[in-house]
Amino acid sequence: MTTVAAPAAAAADAGAFTLREFRVLRRRQDTRDTATLSLEPCDGARLAFAAGQFTMLYAFGVGEVPISISGDPTRAGPLLHTIRDVGGVTHTLTGVRRGDVLGVRGPYGTGWDVTDGRGGDLVLVAGGIGLAPLRPALLQVLARRGDYGRVVLLYGCRTPEDVLYARELEQWRGRFDLDVDVTVDYGPPQWRGKVGLVDSLIPRAGFDPAHTLALVCGPEVMMRTVAAALVDRGVRRDRVRVSMERAMDCGVGLCGHCQLRELFVCVDGPVFGYDRVERLLWLREV
Amino acid sequence: MTGPDVRAQLRDHCFTTDLPPEYLDRIAEHARLESFPAGTVLFTEGTPAEQLYLVVSGRVAIELHVPGRGAQVVDTVDECDTVGWSWLLPPYRWFFDARAVEDVLAVVVDAAALRSEADADPALGYALLQRVAAVMLHRLHGARVRLADLHGSPS
Repeated sequence: MTTVAAPAAAAADAGAFTLREFRVLRRRQDTRDTATLSLEPCDGARLAFAAGQFTMLYAFGVGEVPISISGDPTRAGPLLHTIRDVGGVTHTLTGVRRGDVLGVRGPYGTGWDVTDGRGGDLVLVAGGIGLAPLRPALLQVLARRGDYGRVVLLYGCRTPEDVLYARELEQWRGRFDLDVDVTVDYGPPQWRGKVGLVDSLIPRAGFDPAHTLALVCGPEVMMRTVAAALVDRGVRRDRVRVSMERAMDCGVGLCGHCQLRELFVCVDGPVFGYDRVERLLWLREV
Repeated sequence: MTGPDVRAQLRDHCFTTDLPPEYLDRIAEHARLESFPAGTVLFTEGTPAEQLYLVVSGRVAIELHVPGRGAQVVDTVDECDTVGWSWLLPPYRWFFDARAVEDVLAVVVDAAALRSEADADPALGYALLQRVAAVMLHRLHGARVRLADLHGSPS
């Protein structure tokens, strides 16, 4: 029997459906199929958000999709979304031009809450486009770098051409207070970096498992294996956080499309403690 | 380079670190420390698998040569990892090429001698097999997951 979550528990407030207009300031092609949009509010009011949250992004007349915010939550500036072209709506969104207007609802959902990791080590593990929702968390940490112990970013993607934020990754890699390791699934002959799964980087990454907060975002299979590898290494389940993805329509816990058993990904998540969703990650067809 | 240096590297290497000291001594008898400048081909597909390589530093690419596409890197092996398991199991032949991507320092173990040691002492043989199986499990898992192309475009 399927457990149905009570919509009342996630009841949307009156303004939750408010659609605001944002203008495209800039569009940057990150990879072959991924672009980052810089948006400014047409009404001038900045959209505050927490690292890990998402908005419902509306291409007028085409459709609406949930997209994680990829900008810096500690600084004023344009609202950033990194979008992968994987369907009709995202195809339109990645094809917008400067000056185009989009609809934005939100921000919605739970965040990474990186402040909870202060005083200890922080490990961020990203797969593919999963680096986008983790970028705000890392920027927030770097803004108060002294509050944390070792900070490690492990990133895996398909090929060297698919490396997201390549220039920024190089800058991060050049810092003395940040460990960055990148691996790809497939490497051409000229590739001098690592080839293999991102979870293979965990056993030898430099962090103290007993005092670590780990943030994981990527394809669900990857998150399962990465979370398990982190636990194997000694990180507590409740100190591992994963960002789940399900089809969303309303974004405010009313439609139930993103239901994950007793949870709504849009309001209970998308960021969950691994201790809360571990069993759900291993269930089929939920 | 042989002797104490090799013994010390074996003691510290992830593949052998938890082996009893007497096993390390016996493996060290058949091992040498060797440097491979970047670009060196350690072995090629189809040739006899006569060595086990325990990487101490640097990176080795495991490659498959595909006609028309050149060498495809299917895996990389870094510090504290091992190159190759074909030396332990028939037909004792490499299935891939291995090339030093960076300058590599490795403990190179004579495979035939190690197999003889394993045959003579099943406990040592089992210990080696456990370690090689763990490497195989890890690599097979990686290969299968990548086969699923998790980051590929949804169909």
